[in-house]
Amino acid sequence: MSNYLYILWIPLLPLLSFVILGLFGRKYFSKISGIMGTATLFIATLVSFIAANQYFFVDGKVNGVYQKIIAFKYTWLDFSPNLSIDLGFIIDPISVMMLVVVTSVSLMVHVFSLGYMKGEERFATYYSFLSLFTFSMLGLVLSANIFQVYMFWELVGVSSFLLISYYFDRPSAVTAAKKAFIVTRFADLGFLIGILILGYYGGTLDIGLLIDRLTATQSTPFISITSASFLGASMLTWSLTLVFIGGAGKSAMFPLHIWLPDAMEGPTPVSALIHAATMVVAGVYLVARLFPIFSMDESALKIVTYVGGFSALFAAVIACTQTDIKRVLAYSTMSQIGYMMFALGISKNGGENGLGYMASMFHLFTHAFFKSLLFLGAGSVIHMVHSNEIKDMGGLRKVMPITHITFLIACLAIAGIPPFAGFFSKEEILMAAFHSNKLIYGVALFTAALTAFYMFRLYFSIFWNKEATIHSNNLTDKDHSHGEGPWIMKLPLLILAACAVGVGFIPFSKFVSSDGAAFETHTDLLFSITPVTITIIAILIAANLYKKQNVKSDKIVNAVGGFYTAAYKKFYIDELYIFITKKIIFPYIGQPIAWADKNIIDGFMLLLAKITSYISVSIKGLQSGKVQNYALYFFGGVLALSVLFIYIWK
Amino acid sequence: MQEITLNQILFVSTTLFFIGMYGLFTRRNLITMLMSIELMLNSVNINFVAFNKYLYPEKLDGLFFTLFIITIAAAEAAVAIAIIINLYRSHNSIDVDDATEMKY
Repeated sequence: MSNYLYILWIPLLPLLSFVILGLFGRKYFSKISGIMGTATLFIATLVSFIAANQYFFVDGKVNGVYQKIIAFKYTWLDFSPNLSIDLGFIIDPISVMMLVVVTSVSLMVHVFSLGYMKGEERFATYYSFLSLFTFSMLGLVLSANIFQVYMFWELVGVSSFLLISYYFDRPSAVTAAKKAFIVTRFADLGFLIGILILGYYGGTLDIGLLIDRLTATQSTPFISITSASFLGASMLTWSLTLVFIGGAGKSAMFPLHIWLPDAMEGPTPVSALIHAATMVVAGVYLVARLFPIFSMDESALKIVTYVGGFSALFAAVIACTQTDIKRVLAYSTMSQIGYMMFALGISKNGGENGLGYMASMFHLFTHAFFKSLLFLGAGSVIHMVHSNEIKDMGGLRKVMPITHITFLIACLAIAGIPPFAGFFSKEEILMAAFHSNKLIYGVALFTAALTAFYMFRLYFSIFWNKEATIHSNNLTDKDHSHGEGPWIMKLPLLILAACAVGVGFIPFSKFVSSDGAAFETHTDLLFSITPVTITIIAILIAANLYKKQNVKSDKIVNAVGGFYTAAYKKFYIDELYIFITKKIIFPYIGQPIAWADKNIIDGFMLLLAKITSYISVSIKGLQSGKVQNYALYFFGGVLALSVLFIYIWK
Repeated sequence: MQEITLNQILFVSTTLFFIGMYGLFTRRNLITMLMSIELMLNSVNINFVAFNKYLYPEKLDGLFFTLFIITIAAAEAAVAIAIIINLYRSHNSIDVDDATEMKY
């Protein structure tokens, strides 16, 4: 048990780095702060790899089942014997898997940022924020207590806010940061209420205990939570749905996704780390963490499934129309997270029935690598072109060969072409969907085709299409030419590309499954033919439309007309939100409340103050400053008391 | 000659007390106010002595109190005059109406 105590260092090292860089970085070592942050994280990464090795290959397994190990536990708030909030670190397959993902992607982003953010004035601040984020995310994945999850959840939200608004002199970045924070915060309200309900019926906030109590169908907590109902649904459904709302907010599920595309205002490496690989999968992780409880409730799982499926399709359609490279990637992230969500939703608990669970975690794992690779590649391109718009790019394959190759690998991986990583995880998801829900399978298949289409639309538009003539001036000009960027920016691309190729071959089901027991997945070649063919067709269409400059794509746009505009405008969801907030909530709820606050609550206080001041003004004349008046009052008082005591009180 | 009764003495002392009180309230000169206070103290002394003589002739408590009050009155006069001198130095007057800084 205690032989895992060293994993404390994994979150503590980034915390240390955050404190040191945050307090002293800018003043004393702004130049080397990047190296310091990266070096600290490198050690943390090594430690997490050691922990993963120890857990998966040495002593994590007991009788062929991976155990949940509490590495560290500390009673933090001890309210009463029945109610205490513990801080603890749990080690189980998914938390170890997340440790590896978070530290390695974060390390790559740290290294990449050394080149990308070079020369920024607030370089040290940037690194301290990155460290804060890494700390909170690691704390989140290791939390053994649901309240602790919530705390780190909020910390993650704060660091995301700080990093989105890194360029705080741009109004759009500030707006985006506020939007991200408010939307996720709003969702977190649901999460909090969900936690409270679970805690109330379960009698504990400890995740392990909670799962034990709420999955035993005979236990009192389970019976009480399922028999209590509110508005026609059991409290279990309510609490899980509310928890899922929190997860949907962080994971940008429809309709709480509106913050994610705007969050791309942050520096691109940040988008790679937070808004692609790690933070946005927190919602998936949360559902996976509580999956045994979710699996007890059909309706909550249905919600997860359909929200995930719809988000996947919805985002993929929008991604096809966007022209900002980072927004395309943002919507593709949302779509892939939708995949993970519905994979969880269709899964069952235990053994081979838990295929969806395993597939979801597998996809989370592979997605982290290829999506961060895509974002870092996009970062490279943006660094070179100084624009986010696709139309400013084109023909870059000769100018940035390494970015080109790695980006292509990532596109193939996300499209699900064998033998790249995305193929394996996506196959598992499709397989799970095929066996449990044909509708979702259809949606997933169509989304897969769309994914391939928009990714290759992006790829061909950036690296092929027209010749790179616009920026040839820049390239000859020595001052502006930095080519592909220094090796420090290429190295992470290459490492991540290697991961995007390689991680698919990991026999994931041996390590991660819903109940800890390893199982075999059956790769069915015949089954794979359909999705792969569809994907390849989609890629060919994209190649046909975007490889050379031509008007074919415009023709299609004209043909579908209104639908294209709607998708381009993101189906007016943002406008809808603005309409609801500005036209309904502000005038009909906000303003009456503001009026009541101003006039009734403040008014009451003002009234008290006014009465007091009126009385004091009217009696202040008594304090004349004349000694004799005071003496007179004194004697008057004595006289009155004498009369009182002698004649009246007797 | 007629015997002097306790009531007569009390009448004198009460008269003295209210004369002192009147002086205290009406005079604006601090020295006069101090003199009025001395008058009031003396009326109390008379009371003590009278009660001692008429009610408990065999005891001396009242006389002792009187002696104490005379001593304290002397000390009080010293302190009060010191205050008055200080007031004169700072305000150039010993009129109480000129010292109204503590007004609201």
